[in-house]
Amino acid sequence: MEKQKYERPHILRLETGMPGKFGMRNEPAPTTHIDGMAVSELAEKYGSPLFVLSEKTIRSVYRQAYKAFSTRYPKVQFAWSYKTNYLSAVCNIFHQEGSWAEVVSGFEYDKALANGVDPKKIIFNGPAKTREELLLATNNESLIHIDHLDELYLLIEVAEHADHRPRVAIRVNMDTGIYPMWDRFGFNYENGQAWDALNKIMHSGKLDLMGLHTHIGTFIMSANAYAVAATKLAELARLLQVKFNHKLKYIDLGGGFASKNTLKGSYLPGSDTNPSFNDYAEAISSALINSHFAPGELPMLILETGRALIDEAGYIISSVIANKRMSTGRRATIIDAGVNLLFTSFWYQHSITVAQGTSQYREDTSLYGPLCMNIDCIRDSINLPLLNPGDHLVIHQTGAYNLTQWMQFIHLRPKVVMIDEMGDAHIVRENEEMESITGLEKLPGHLSSIKA
Amino acid sequence: MKINPNLAVSESGFLFNPGTGESFTVNPTGAEIIRLLREGLSLEQVIDAFTEQFQVDRHTFEKDLHDFSGILKTYNLLEKDE
Ligand SMILES: Cc1ncc(COP(=O)(O)O)c(C=O)c1O
Repeated sequence: MEKQKYERPHILRLETGMPGKFGMRNEPAPTTHIDGMAVSELAEKYGSPLFVLSEKTIRSVYRQAYKAFSTRYPKVQFAWSYKTNYLSAVCNIFHQEGSWAEVVSGFEYDKALANGVDPKKIIFNGPAKTREELLLATNNESLIHIDHLDELYLLIEVAEHADHRPRVAIRVNMDTGIYPMWDRFGFNYENGQAWDALNKIMHSGKLDLMGLHTHIGTFIMSANAYAVAATKLAELARLLQVKFNHKLKYIDLGGGFASKNTLKGSYLPGSDTNPSFNDYAEAISSALINSHFAPGELPMLILETGRALIDEAGYIISSVIANKRMSTGRRATIIDAGVNLLFTSFWYQHSITVAQGTSQYREDTSLYGPLCMNIDCIRDSINLPLLNPGDHLVIHQTGAYNLTQWMQFIHLRPKVVMIDEMGDAHIVRENEEMESITGLEKLPGHLSSIKA
Repeated sequence: MKINPNLAVSESGFLFNPGTGESFTVNPTGAEIIRLLREGLSLEQVIDAFTEQFQVDRHTFEKDLHDFSGILKTYNLLEKDE
């Protein structure tokens, strides 16, 4: 006789008079497949943990965002924020969809060039560009966004020796009503620094002022903050037109749109509460259209949206290593993906689902990663079915920042696969091996052996 | 190890302790363990019965049973002198 399927024993005390927070129980369905591929097969073939990216989702989210803006504003241009996820396979999807590149270091700049991006369509942000990098970007006619006065003067110097005039914008910081105010990057609007820098650029006669840039923060839950930002940049554009008869080519409102993730400590899921692309697009387009710009003279609107475009397309497949009972009686489950792979678990309450059908029994569990470190907690408290070692879990919305800020710490990093629109999986980054780490090390002669 | 004989256990995995007025839900595996213990089986015999009947190895089940009986104890579901 075939033996029965085993589930570990479980008993739960029923609390009376204590309904759930909103009287609802939202029980996510198991994620048995990602874009048609069985999670268990992916784990078997490529190993666990495993990063999985959905090309279909990347393209469809991008198209939703583009449509939200292009139906409301005549000239819209996205520039893919490399730091959010600079796997070349990911960048090239965005470039195929029409995105420019937004980079913040020489490394990212070179990566965009290597991906074949037209240098004129690379936006070079960041507070730490070197003289060599500025010269290269100038000669390539890339768009250089000036962060501070030292950079402005350096660029005027660089311009003397360059083949082309630098094409520039300044980064502006401002009060948009959100807290904390990001005033560390760029020139301040309210205290006149930004206007001062624009005057210096115009009077230098050495730089081509193309646009204005701001990045007001990240995961901004208020669409109206963007309306404030757009209005302030439009005002600077008006002053330039009045004083210098200079027309700007673009206004770049940076990134910062919230993805559908849920921030830690939120009661309601982010998919219900966060503004949509339509909300942001409505706020921004109205602010620009209602400003002084004459019809037909609206500047191009550039957006450097990062997390909102890629979070949803990323998954981590992970496996249960062990179940434990803490001294307090709490259940704890250890899985093979920790904060080494999931940097964003410090801010997000990632949705986590099982990859196989289960009974209806649930247990309040703490979910820990495999690092031998107290910080390695993926979820303090999550209601999970009764899992056995070897069972798979799927961590959702992991596409932004994790594949750039993950760390090789204690464990080697796993493979990344992308499922294409036909449903076929491709390895887009190999797993690390011992050689990936030790290959960079050098042993001084007297330490090459442990014999004293 | 003996289960508190006053407990009322329903087919559907609902458990009532008339001594304290508390109720519990228990999954089929848990209910089966409680049933066997009430029949007077020793832990060793429960393990034999389970590994016979379910797709689970001795080692895993022993660990789970140990954990489960600990919880029964914290919930005061065992006989008083245990
Ligand atoms: C200048 C700039 N642009 C765009 C982004 C992307 O931001 P987000 O992922 O919040 O959309 C960042 C992120 O820090 C940034 O610094």
